[in-house]
Amino acid sequence: MLDSAISALRGLGTRVTSRIWRLGFASRFLLATLLYSGTSFRRFFLTIREIYFTGVLSLIIILVSGLFVGMVLGLQGYDTLQRYGSSEALGILVALSLVRELGPVVSALLFASRAGSAITAEIGLMKATEQLSAMEMMAVNPIARVVAPRFWAGVISMPLLAALFSAMGIFGGYLVGVQLIGVDEGSFWSQMQASVDFREDIVNGVIKSVVFGIIVSWIAVFEGYDSEPTAEGVSGATTRTVVTSSLAILAADFILTAFMFRGA
Amino acid sequence: MAGTGGSDRMHAFAKQRIPSLVSNEPLVKISDLNFTYDRRPILTGINMTIPRGKVVAIMGQSGCGKTTTLRLIGGQLKPSQGEVRFDGQAMHELDTDGLYAVRRRMGMLFQFGALFTDISVFDNVAFQMREHTNLPENMIRDLVLLKLNAVGLRGAQNLMPSELSGGMARRVALARAIALDPLLMMYDEPFTGLDPITMGIIGQLIRKLNDALGGSSIIVTHDVQESLQIVDYVYFMADGKVVAEGTPDEIRASDKAYVHQFVWGEMDGPVPFQYPSAPYREQIYGAAHA
Repeated sequence: MLDSAISALRGLGTRVTSRIWRLGFASRFLLATLLYSGTSFRRFFLTIREIYFTGVLSLIIILVSGLFVGMVLGLQGYDTLQRYGSSEALGILVALSLVRELGPVVSALLFASRAGSAITAEIGLMKATEQLSAMEMMAVNPIARVVAPRFWAGVISMPLLAALFSAMGIFGGYLVGVQLIGVDEGSFWSQMQASVDFREDIVNGVIKSVVFGIIVSWIAVFEGYDSEPTAEGVSGATTRTVVTSSLAILAADFILTAFMFRGA
Repeated sequence: MAGTGGSDRMHAFAKQRIPSLVSNEPLVKISDLNFTYDRRPILTGINMTIPRGKVVAIMGQSGCGKTTTLRLIGGQLKPSQGEVRFDGQAMHELDTDGLYAVRRRMGMLFQFGALFTDISVFDNVAFQMREHTNLPENMIRDLVLLKLNAVGLRGAQNLMPSELSGGMARRVALARAIALDPLLMMYDEPFTGLDPITMGIIGQLIRKLNDALGGSSIIVTHDVQESLQIVDYVYFMADGKVVAEGTPDEIRASDKAYVHQFVWGEMDGPVPFQYPSAPYREQIYGAAHA
């Protein structure tokens, strides 16, 4: 009985220390990525190429999701607001929900699933097929050449995608609220314009999406680089990227919201 | 000014290369090398010499430490004890910049080529030239075509790695590895998974390129017959140690049991056919009937 309790405790301790060790390793990896980021900016075409793969190719899922999320917000928002006779405030509800929360969070979750998993799988497969080793033997630092451009492409793409998501969402809300249900168009836009604050709402939303971009890109490149060089290893790393990124995004969103919108 | 800078670089390059080519010291010298991974000894007391201009094979079973030795020579791993010297420099004493400077004088062919799958054959071969030199694009083009011509694949320059057969991929990787005319070429299992014709082509290319470049080559392989035709010297490894060495003729004539079993592909010998297990009768009938 005592032995099994000690064994369970030891197992727990091992798991905790290994997680902490891995977090430390991931932090050192991020530091190395930042230190070797010079190439990503000196030869910006490397980063542009990755922006195309991670950002541009994610546009469809981001735009379509943004449109539908905005349309649902329009329907649900109208249903709630009209009970209090303030259906003209639909524009504010849609815009604030999207710019403050849904835009950065949902687009980051989609980005983690679409681009983060692709980055992990690509780097993991490069490792499994010895492409990273080959690069090292050619005196080319794989962190500078492979990891850093992908990391910065994610960080740059994320706020742009979040902005596009919010814009499409607002358009979706307009389609449903104004064109379909018949909310006054002037009220919809003017109340939105009057209530959405650039500093409080838009800038904070952009800050959130930059932070989420860093989190997703960091996790994606680290999981790929640290993956076991086997088919199972790459598949496990890809799953971990999506799960860890999603949880980290939601946790970071709560922390950021607590600091940004206190009493607002 | 630009011309002066280029001239200085050329002088520095010449100073770096000329002593390497005329020196009588071996290009690679491995002394009392031990390597331990996760407290498990992988290599023990390895001593090897790779002379200039020679092709040397390191042979042995899978898992005997051949590839680890190659990675120690390339500086991808650090020895637990002993040292690897490349052109007089101890690899484990070099910092990252020093290591990368040394690696520019090495080329490595990986087991399955390790071509960059997102760029074309041409760009793969041009990769190091673009990364490490300031050569104009038209000169890079000429050099790439020369390298591809040397491996017989000039016509495949626009193909993507996914469009190549295994043998073609290995040849492109060879062209990429010799892009900067390395002093030392390392081949990790270059014959694995190839048909006999391609195997012969790769073998001949290894020998011809070594003689043309005037450097040295190390081939890690367990393909005995193909390798013995092209190498000058052989090291045999087993369980992380060098157990035999000699010229191809000495190896063929060796009466050492391990070498004999390996060279002639015998089923049983010092390397047993059976994985260690409980006695056969005991396992089949149970301990009571054994």
